[in-house]
Amino acid sequence: MMHNNKKPLLIASAALLAASVASGASAATLDSVKEKGFVQCGVSTGLPGFSAPDDAGNWQGLDVDVCRGVAAAVLGDASKVRYIPLTAKERFTALQSGEIDVLSRNTTWTATRDTSLGLNFAGVNYYDGQGFMVSKDLGVASAKELDGAAICIQSGTTTELNLADYFRLNDMTFEPVVFDTSDQTVKGFEAGRCDVLTSDQSQLYALRIKLADPAAAMVLPEVISKEPLGPVVRQGDDQWFNIVKWTLFAQINAEEMGLTSDNIEAKKSDTNPNVARLVGADGNYGEAMGLPADWAYQVIKQVGNYGEMFERNVGTGSALNIERGLNALWSNGGIQYAPPVR
Amino acid sequence: MTHPASRPPAKVKPPFWRDPAKRALIFQLLMLGGVFGVLALIVSNTLTNLESRGITTGFAFLDNTAGFGILQSLIDYSEQSTYGDTFIVGLLNTLLISALGVIAATVIGFVMGVARLSPNWLISKLAAVYIEIFRNIPLLLQIFFWYFAVLRALPSPRGSLSLGEAIFLNVRGLYVPAPIAGAGFSVVLAVFVLAIVASGVFIYWNRQRQAQTGQRLPAGWISLGIIIGVPLLVFVVMGMPLTWELPELKGFNFRGGITVVPEFLALWVALSVYTAAFIAEIVRSGIEAVPHGQTEVSRALSLTNSMTLRLVVVPQALRVIIPPLTSQYLNLIKNSSLATAIGYPDLVSVFAGTTLNQTGQAIEVIAMTMLVYLTISLLVSMFMNWFNARMALVER
Ligand SMILES: N[C@@H](CCC(=O)N[C@@H](CS)C(=O)NCC(=O)O)C(=O)O
Repeated sequence: MMHNNKKPLLIASAALLAASVASGASAATLDSVKEKGFVQCGVSTGLPGFSAPDDAGNWQGLDVDVCRGVAAAVLGDASKVRYIPLTAKERFTALQSGEIDVLSRNTTWTATRDTSLGLNFAGVNYYDGQGFMVSKDLGVASAKELDGAAICIQSGTTTELNLADYFRLNDMTFEPVVFDTSDQTVKGFEAGRCDVLTSDQSQLYALRIKLADPAAAMVLPEVISKEPLGPVVRQGDDQWFNIVKWTLFAQINAEEMGLTSDNIEAKKSDTNPNVARLVGADGNYGEAMGLPADWAYQVIKQVGNYGEMFERNVGTGSALNIERGLNALWSNGGIQYAPPVR
Repeated sequence: MTHPASRPPAKVKPPFWRDPAKRALIFQLLMLGGVFGVLALIVSNTLTNLESRGITTGFAFLDNTAGFGILQSLIDYSEQSTYGDTFIVGLLNTLLISALGVIAATVIGFVMGVARLSPNWLISKLAAVYIEIFRNIPLLLQIFFWYFAVLRALPSPRGSLSLGEAIFLNVRGLYVPAPIAGAGFSVVLAVFVLAIVASGVFIYWNRQRQAQTGQRLPAGWISLGIIIGVPLLVFVVMGMPLTWELPELKGFNFRGGITVVPEFLALWVALSVYTAAFIAEIVRSGIEAVPHGQTEVSRALSLTNSMTLRLVVVPQALRVIIPPLTSQYLNLIKNSSLATAIGYPDLVSVFAGTTLNQTGQAIEVIAMTMLVYLTISLLVSMFMNWFNARMALVER
């Protein structure tokens, strides 16, 4: 049945953290990744479209592709990733203690997390906001009608905080029912324990397809918060921080330049100087990060550009069927924007 | 003429390093100093490293606003309370489930243990089946069973099962009327406390009297009468200053009254039923440990069945029962942290869960949490040891 009690892991992580900070061990992540031969990547315990194992047991999703991109840039092979499923509660301790090299698990970039946990956010791979899902027969059309509702949430998330703010601001009460994993949250919602399931909106679409009868549930129109989700690394290792950051930037730039996993081979000798710099034909932008010159080429070849990654996992070509919206390129009315490679 | 060899040797004090007692003391001090030194080094090292990694440390976070809701709280808690308050809320919820769990497990365990020894074949076999089933299924599964299986079987708030339009049961929990004390109710409470004291005095007096004259009054019934009857009388005389707030269906859910959330019910039932299966076995073996001859002798002395049980069997059985019972209590308390699996807001779920995650101060939070479990466990052990010692005295 489901996941076992996660407390031992949490305590183990805390102990590991205590041990690792007591000894002061902190090797350069890049060196240790090269030595191990794979990237250890913290993902969710199963959120379709973002990080979930497929029928064959391979991890798939937008967050998983971030890990694969990093592996392609560093090791030249996108498959050299080891995935560590983490609940919301465990994720930061796992990163702080060095159990994982990157955390790519629909994690919201907030001031506390960025400044007081010893972590750095390397970018935003999905701009999101918190929403509500209700069962259709509740007969509710707006979140403003939810006064007194029982609400299922996942513990250790920004969701818990936004929810309390929103209800207080609108002078409404609620009963929080808090679970550890999304599986349990969905079960609680299905069992009728709560009227509402709240989470980042993208995740609501993901969780809805996990329901026995997805058509019986609907997502309310209100979006009550800003949830910029992105990969996270440990603070104090700037080289690794740069690698993760620029891997994502390379994918966004590639989309802007029209480079895809299919045409990148042909574009290797393109005369456009922007393209030439990105694929490593002109200059060596990998060197300063300790990467080979073709780092970005490998990322795009093996994982694709940002748009491909989006469509494949969460976009209209996927079960989630989410519009690009805010996540369209800045040149297409969205806010995805990457600094230039030069 | 003196000869050096014939001087009595005892006069010379050996140097302190030759004195085994002093030497031992010195080594122990050095050892202790060493241990503390290493500890201090680890702590200071950890602090500097946490600092250099940009991880905030210290306990200042306990004063910051928590900003999240908690399902069940025994104190006044709102989203604007502090992280320190979340610690208290979690701690009290842990204590509540542990205390009620220990009580229920003890009652069920004793009943089942005695039933197991019943001469009635059916009763004894039913108890055996109960014990074997619940002892052998992992607790976490039982918790999930009571939570998800039973939850699904219950109706939605609109179709609640109700008892006299006052008590309601649905998927959101059990709703019971809340007592609202009116003017003068405090007098009733005061009388109640007095009655308890009075019956204590009465029981003491009755014992003394029995020791002196050999006669005794039925103390149990009389004190029950004092404790219940007198306050009841005062209550009626005062014009029954107590009203009930009934739960009422408003919007999606019931409001008013007292809500017992299903997370609590499921965890309580699971913990009690599981631990009771072990206690039943302990009780059975405890009773069986009292030689049968003693029962026969008591009968021969024409003691009644209940007197035999109360004066001969139970006191001796308790001595066998209490030590393993203590470890069952400790197990129950520690197992209550499985609450987090179904979202009952205990210490681990609220404080070592949400608070840890929102503040990121894993080391402080986990240390505090472990300290709490250690303290509770030590206190329970101490109490049970004291109780055990008292029971042991019964054997003169
Ligand atoms: N973005 C929010 C929420 C993240 C989150 O954990 N969301 C839940 C949605 S219910 C989830 O992804 N659960 C998947 C899992 O537990 O593995 C945060 O960073 O705090």
